[in-house]
Amino acid sequence: MIPELGHFALILALAVAAVQGSLPLLGAARDDIRLMQLGRYAALTQAFLVILAFLALVEAFVTSDFSVMLVADNSHSAKPLLYKITGVWGNHEGSMLLWALILSLFGAAVAIFGNNLPDTLRARVLAIQALIGVGFLAFILFTSNPFARLAAPPFDGNGLNPLLQDPGLAFHPPILYLGYVGFSVTYSFAIAALLEGRVDVAWARWVRPWTLAAWCFLTLGIALGSWWAYYILGWGGFWFWDPVENASLMPWLAGTALLHSAIVVEKRDALQSWTVLLAILAFSLSLLGTFLVRSGVLTSVHAFAQDPARGMFILAFLLVVTGGGLALYAWRAPQLQPGGLFQPLSREGALILNNLLLCTLAATVLLGTLYPLVLDLVSGDKVSVGPPFFNITFVPVALALFAALCVGPFLSWKRAELWRALARLRAAFAIAVIAMVVTATAIDGRATLAAVAFGFGVWLIAGSLTEFVGRVRQTRRLPPRAMIGMTISHAALGLVVLGAVSTAAWHTELITTLRAGEGVKFGRYIATLGKVEPLKGPNYDAERATIVLTLDGAPFATMTPERRLFTVQQRQIAETSIHTNLLRDLYATLGEGDARHGWTVRLYENPLAPWIWLGAALCALGGFVSLSDRRLRVGAPRRKAQEQPAE
Amino acid sequence: MSRRLLFLLPLATLLTMAGFFAWSMVSGRDPASIGSVMVNRPAPPLADVTLGPSGLGGGKPVLVNFFASWCAPCLAEHPLISRLAEREGATVIGVAWKNKPDEARAWLARLGNPYRQLLFDQDGKLALDWGLSGVPETYLVDARGIVRLHYRRAINEHDLKDTILPLLRAGQ
Repeated sequence: MIPELGHFALILALAVAAVQGSLPLLGAARDDIRLMQLGRYAALTQAFLVILAFLALVEAFVTSDFSVMLVADNSHSAKPLLYKITGVWGNHEGSMLLWALILSLFGAAVAIFGNNLPDTLRARVLAIQALIGVGFLAFILFTSNPFARLAAPPFDGNGLNPLLQDPGLAFHPPILYLGYVGFSVTYSFAIAALLEGRVDVAWARWVRPWTLAAWCFLTLGIALGSWWAYYILGWGGFWFWDPVENASLMPWLAGTALLHSAIVVEKRDALQSWTVLLAILAFSLSLLGTFLVRSGVLTSVHAFAQDPARGMFILAFLLVVTGGGLALYAWRAPQLQPGGLFQPLSREGALILNNLLLCTLAATVLLGTLYPLVLDLVSGDKVSVGPPFFNITFVPVALALFAALCVGPFLSWKRAELWRALARLRAAFAIAVIAMVVTATAIDGRATLAAVAFGFGVWLIAGSLTEFVGRVRQTRRLPPRAMIGMTISHAALGLVVLGAVSTAAWHTELITTLRAGEGVKFGRYIATLGKVEPLKGPNYDAERATIVLTLDGAPFATMTPERRLFTVQQRQIAETSIHTNLLRDLYATLGEGDARHGWTVRLYENPLAPWIWLGAALCALGGFVSLSDRRLRVGAPRRKAQEQPAE
Repeated sequence: MSRRLLFLLPLATLLTMAGFFAWSMVSGRDPASIGSVMVNRPAPPLADVTLGPSGLGGGKPVLVNFFASWCAPCLAEHPLISRLAEREGATVIGVAWKNKPDEARAWLARLGNPYRQLLFDQDGKLALDWGLSGVPETYLVDARGIVRLHYRRAINEHDLKDTILPLLRAGQ
């Protein structure tokens, strides 16, 4: 009964979305306030209905209702409650429903918090948001119905992919989707602005908090995914340039570019058409990611059931959303009037450079991701594009971006003096060079590129702090939160760089076979395998090894990696044991083995590895701090915008 | 006008990309397939067995099947290899890869030996020459000694009927 109610709610939501996607547009065109107002109520109703549908599916998973096909295929009665709930989005149908849920929640948020928007703009934004919703809801209902029943329910389910039974991954999809889907609001704003034919300072202020919120969630989502890959895949790596990782990185890069170009629109009334294009692209790249994962066009670790019919639907949807957006852009954008003039060497110029570099990075990732596909279709050659390609194409451009990043905030609007800005960065520059030289000589003479990149990481932190301190000294008080947020995010990027470079270039790795009681030298430590004992989990059997690390004869750390055999799926998963002191990770995994031949043990020492995720979390935190700025608060801008149309 | 064209560029890029995606989905391409560089090249040397016009096949195509007794898909594939050798009259050369000779022989004694000739590649050197990625893999070498097919997996009924047999018959 409840699954049918959920299904029905979803059908109703589709109908409501269709209304919301059409009548308010008509109202905006005819200046009919009642039709425009309809959008608000429809958005709230639609969100309510999708919440109902989602809860109905959660109920089916929690009560293990195996007459629902999705539950039978992806859940099991012996699974812990947390994973019964997260199992809702651990599969294609459920994750699409989560997409639709977040989409409708963002629509409702615009309806609730968008009181300051002009009526026509809000009506159009809500209508575009609803049209995206129509696509997703139709996709779910016609190709991926999560509520389909089984005629003969099994006694128990097939269980969830063991790799997904992990707290890190439980929350990775919802947060990542908050980012992906958050860009839908930005997209809707862009389309609405093109329809209105107006992209101005006020528009930039309205759209910026939504972009920033989506960007923060996307940052967190990517970081969670990378953290999960780090400790569950057991290879000690944190980024693999897998198509799906790339798919999440591209909208992030475009979104980052958008955040910066929107500043130029807001402050200087310039770059309008470029900013609108980025707003369309950020969401389009999110959709592209969804398409790549679910169509089976590329292989990836994210193995959702792949179905060509679904692939075609998403491709058609991608074409309508992106193609429609870009066609409207090609038609309307040439009419946008560019505003404030500026010299190439200015804050505007620096932000354009930022945009160029970020877009180059996004294009590089896109090229690397799609190249195997294109080459296969054109010439039949099979290639795989991996880290070597990205190391030589992505890294240099990223370094150029980092070099410019610290200088930008020192340049003034309209026209700036480069030498004066650089002079203020003398100390930061000296610190970075020293760090570079020290790492190149003292730590590792061979990895020159790593030492250079390390220096850039230090430069980011030192440069950002220099700017902050200089600002505080000048004004004798704390800068606005938007500026504090910027400093945090920029410096945090430096932490990520330091962590990534150190882990990639200077990790120690040992793969060996040990019998119980045997020891082996590992870096500065002696690692001794203690006992390996069987262990019974809720839905798995495990072997847990005790590995004691001693440093100069004194016990230093005890690590307990496990190898879990999930009984339902008969799949083995390595449970990594990580011992961290925030400056380095000691990382151990247990492989195959038995008492007679010994066990395969992998040990890693990853210097500064925790900084990767700490940095990413701080980066997102910077965004949230910036978001809390009064000026950006969703309720505040109208008054401001009226008082001072341009600064 | 040229400014207008510039604004059309993003749309054109998208349409090109979408074309590739659609093509990729309807062409039945398997993204997991890693292809083979061996196809349409002369077969590498195979220990002391000669392939080609004056070789083992005697002017007919030859199948080269890499297998191992410890490999489950090889066990599943074995009946099809046997059928090729016994019922379809194909010449099949077996290469036991990273397999102790007595274990491979015992395995064949138990299941039946479909191979005209059995080779052992315990150290994996032949596999390097032949560009093997694992077992089972099967190559079809035509009468002139050119590799025509390379399966990087167990062959199945469809491969046999639709691809292997027509090539074998055409070569006779």
